[in-house]
Amino acid sequence: MTGTLAALGAGLAVIGAGIGIGYIGGKGMEAIARQPEASGDIRSNMIIMAAFVEGAALIAILLSILMA
Amino acid sequence: MKSRIFFIVFLLLTVVYKPFSQEGAHGHDSHAAFDPGATALHHISDANVYSILDFIRIPLPVILKSDAGWDIFSSSRFSVGAHEDGTQAYNGYVMHHGSVYRVNDHGFPMNGQARIDGFSTKVEKVNGKDKDIHYVLYQARSYRLDARSTLDGGILGGGITSFMDFSPTKNVISMILVSLLLFWLFRKAAVAYKNNPDRAPKGVQGVLEPLVIFIRDDVAVPFLGKNYKKYFPFLLSLFFFILGLNLFGQIPFLGGSNITGSLTVTMVLAIIVFIVVNINGNKHYWSHIFWMPGVPIPIRILLAAVEVMGLFIKPLTLTLRLAGNISAGHIAVLSFIGLIFIFGKSGESLAGSTVGTFLSVPLTMFMMTIELIVAFVQAFVFTILAASYIGAAIEEVDHDHVESIHH
Repeated sequence: MTGTLAALGAGLAVIGAGIGIGYIGGKGMEAIARQPEASGDIRSNMIIMAAFVEGAALIAILLSILMA
Repeated sequence: MKSRIFFIVFLLLTVVYKPFSQEGAHGHDSHAAFDPGATALHHISDANVYSILDFIRIPLPVILKSDAGWDIFSSSRFSVGAHEDGTQAYNGYVMHHGSVYRVNDHGFPMNGQARIDGFSTKVEKVNGKDKDIHYVLYQARSYRLDARSTLDGGILGGGITSFMDFSPTKNVISMILVSLLLFWLFRKAAVAYKNNPDRAPKGVQGVLEPLVIFIRDDVAVPFLGKNYKKYFPFLLSLFFFILGLNLFGQIPFLGGSNITGSLTVTMVLAIIVFIVVNINGNKHYWSHIFWMPGVPIPIRILLAAVEVMGLFIKPLTLTLRLAGNISAGHIAVLSFIGLIFIFGKSGESLAGSTVGTFLSVPLTMFMMTIELIVAFVQAFVFTILAASYIGAAIEEVDHDHVESIHH
């Protein structure tokens, strides 16, 4: 039972991270389309932001591994 | 030509699947069903023996400490066989799934070698939690094994053990190999630059120069500004060490070590970053942590609590991100390979495993390609985040600018 709940928790965390990274990617692409000359800056900022979102999701996943 | 390439690829793949087929066909207790989760976890965990293709086993030194004293010997004393299980016990130690365990039961010979007949695992309740307890079979009797030795002494849930394992494991050996390889590559490039400074880059220089310039122009300079030179060697070491380990872990035949997917390794890297950041932190950085300027006092106290937490969360997320990403990739590859045995009913159904193979090969190749990208992206992310943390710690404030905001 706790294993199932932990799996559900990991799934929820991934949904959150997916939405977050999706937004970052979408908005980043829009920004690059508007200002192609700034694409280098936008890309590296995009990766950093995605890494932050991912960090939050990874803490959730670690917790669900420990609880399982 | 094409069919020949296909044949060679198929041959190589069959060799890779050999360890799995043994796993599926014989199982751990006589005819247990194939457990993809347990198999994947076994293949990503560290080991006291370096297996190449499951039949070349390079023994590693084993350094153990228990209340009976120190034991230093080669892991070939365990006569390691299939599944990295030992067939001999030595001084009360046995090898199970590549890890050293100590027998914790009366009647087992605690001195010298003893022939053992196998292992079994039972799920038992320990403090209300289901735990896998391993047993060793010796002369038709089962003897209970202690939990594995862990860095934390079992506080974080590994279970209290009666011994400590200081052995240089598979991961340690792989790290030394990768470090030596990187040293050789960079030395070669450095000598070439020194001897012919005006010549266009050639050979290994052509690989390293774009990467070094990329780290300088896209990571170091934007975050560290004009003083980037002090931290540039550190950032380059981080990037190339992580990249080298990520790529080394991708090679399927060389022991498949999961080095950057091991929390211990990434934790040490994150702690080094933490030390570099906080040693170099200036007054401005510390004041923004403990006494944020420009906000009311109650909020300053609240912010101090949050910022102090953030101080430790930064290295924690560095640790988890790298280990999580690399381990997740390895588990995905292993699970896709495991499809063959799930479809083939643990090696009983040939037709099923054929279908599984045709499903699994493209999926595995796809995952390996993704993993190549992940290896670069994660090395880059680790470096860029380290640079941004250092940059925040050494940032000099433009006082005129701050004043103009406050008034």
